[in-house]
Amino acid sequence: MRYLTTIGLEVHVQLRTRSKMFCGCSTAFGAAPNTHVCPVCLGYPGAMPVMNRDAVKMTIISGLMIGSRISEFSKFDRKSYFYPDMPKNYQISQYDKPLCVGGSVEIDIDGVSRRIGVTRIHLEEDVGKNMHFQHSSGIDFNRAGVPLMEIVSEPDISSPEEAFAYLLALKQILLYAGVSDCNLEEGNVRCDVNCSVRPEGQKEFGTKTEIKNLNTFKGVLNALKYEIPRQVDVLESGGKIFQETRRWEVETGVTIAMRSKEYAHDYRYFPEPDLAPVVTSCEQIEELRRNLPELPRTRRERFIQQYSIPEYDAGVLTADVAVADFFEQSAKLSSNPKAISNWIMTEMLRLLSEREMDIRKVVVTPAALAGLVKLVDEKVINSNSAKEVFALLFEKGGEPDQIVREKGLVQVSDSGAIEKFVDQAIAENAKSVSDYLAGKDVAAKYIVGQVMKMSRGKANPQLVASIIEDKLKVEKMKRGG
Amino acid sequence: MAALDKETTDKIDVAYVARLARLYLADTEVQTFQGQLDHIVGYMKKIDELDLSNVEPTSHAVTLQNVFREDVVKPGLAVEQVMANAPAQVSDQFQVPKIIE
Ligand SMILES: [Zn+2]
Repeated sequence: MRYLTTIGLEVHVQLRTRSKMFCGCSTAFGAAPNTHVCPVCLGYPGAMPVMNRDAVKMTIISGLMIGSRISEFSKFDRKSYFYPDMPKNYQISQYDKPLCVGGSVEIDIDGVSRRIGVTRIHLEEDVGKNMHFQHSSGIDFNRAGVPLMEIVSEPDISSPEEAFAYLLALKQILLYAGVSDCNLEEGNVRCDVNCSVRPEGQKEFGTKTEIKNLNTFKGVLNALKYEIPRQVDVLESGGKIFQETRRWEVETGVTIAMRSKEYAHDYRYFPEPDLAPVVTSCEQIEELRRNLPELPRTRRERFIQQYSIPEYDAGVLTADVAVADFFEQSAKLSSNPKAISNWIMTEMLRLLSEREMDIRKVVVTPAALAGLVKLVDEKVINSNSAKEVFALLFEKGGEPDQIVREKGLVQVSDSGAIEKFVDQAIAENAKSVSDYLAGKDVAAKYIVGQVMKMSRGKANPQLVASIIEDKLKVEKMKRGG
Repeated sequence: MAALDKETTDKIDVAYVARLARLYLADTEVQTFQGQLDHIVGYMKKIDELDLSNVEPTSHAVTLQNVFREDVVKPGLAVEQVMANAPAQVSDQFQVPKIIE
């Protein structure tokens, strides 16, 4: 029997604020345990939370980026549960009046584009982190109170690959929006995955399981690739799926049921009396909408139109907003955007990945790259030298024309000088000359290489080739060819 | 609000709510509170006698809205202060019984 899969994702994204959601404690990653805490985020009685303006704004911007309706009236609620990493025994979250409602994220699977619906985006606070020691656990509350945006998808996703594509597309949008660093190593993005299967033809969804706290996209992909066949196997063998929370075990590659928490789903939400509601006017929403960053897709289309670059280039360049910014700044200063694109797609991205670097950290400037392209286009340097200059720019920064001057890389286009090299090369490579005369055209390439070497790479290669060709023709005639 | 469905507003299951709140009540206490709370809920239900179809549910008793702070970092407490009231600690962390998931 064929089975249909239904997947919904809850994605928790840490917002890019300096301070926590309801207090001034730092959100910086990697501090010593319990050094970024205060009475508010430790849940001391009487401490009063006050909302971080930027966190609210960033959540609204995220909603606008995916086409959500922004609530004119939104409020916070207390979600009650007991867990050691939750200092107040309730988490401040949003229950029935989230900041953003609806929206969708577009994904491409095998060249076919689909929209995955988003139910809502709400704002909440993170909990602490627990560390396990031999006989006990320890709680570090540095992360408690860090603003998290929870993006809840509709159960629109039908395969692990779609879930993966959705996460990548969402991350790209959030990076474009500048609302999160989406740094997975630092736990900026965490996912809960709901998944069920049902026999083809059955209308209602099957019983779902929830896989909690996946902190990599690969983890989501692999957990689903395990969980879906597991559910099918259970049903095929006449068993029953239990609605339960499961955990993905990276080491063994299986999901296992977590010790069920009795009444864990009865959170008894009620309005947070210490926080006033958030009221956003149409004018404020429209103001944010007007200043919204471009969506990755829109930018890709625009690059193709505006800079006449191939669709493939535009796709590569817009994958990372910082790469797209670099390209655009450079292309604006150049009359040859395709050449800028080539440099970024080949040399730049290769060096970045070799060094595991981010383009935000490079010392070569967009203006320097535009300058380098100009030097090549005006035939001041040849492509060999250009590679050398780019490598130096990447290492140390600086101005391309200055590097060209300092390194003496100006292309030799003086035919007298080149002719001398060519004569020498022909005299020294009698074998190649006779090969050429015997009909092996490739032999001429070898001589070009020799001349380039003699000029220490600076000769104009086109000129070298044409002079060699002329000379060899003369030679051929001499030998009565 | 939707969470407070009919079932819970009509009658409060004291034993269940006490378990949710980690309150350990003797059977006699459960009975006492059950009677008292039923009485209070019954009293609140007098509101049902009014026509409230055009009244928005109240989430906040005061009319304040949009109380924000700017995103500015302020130093937290010194770790010695943070741990001062901890019943037990391990490596500058609050020590709790081993968490099993
Ligand atoms: Zn704090």
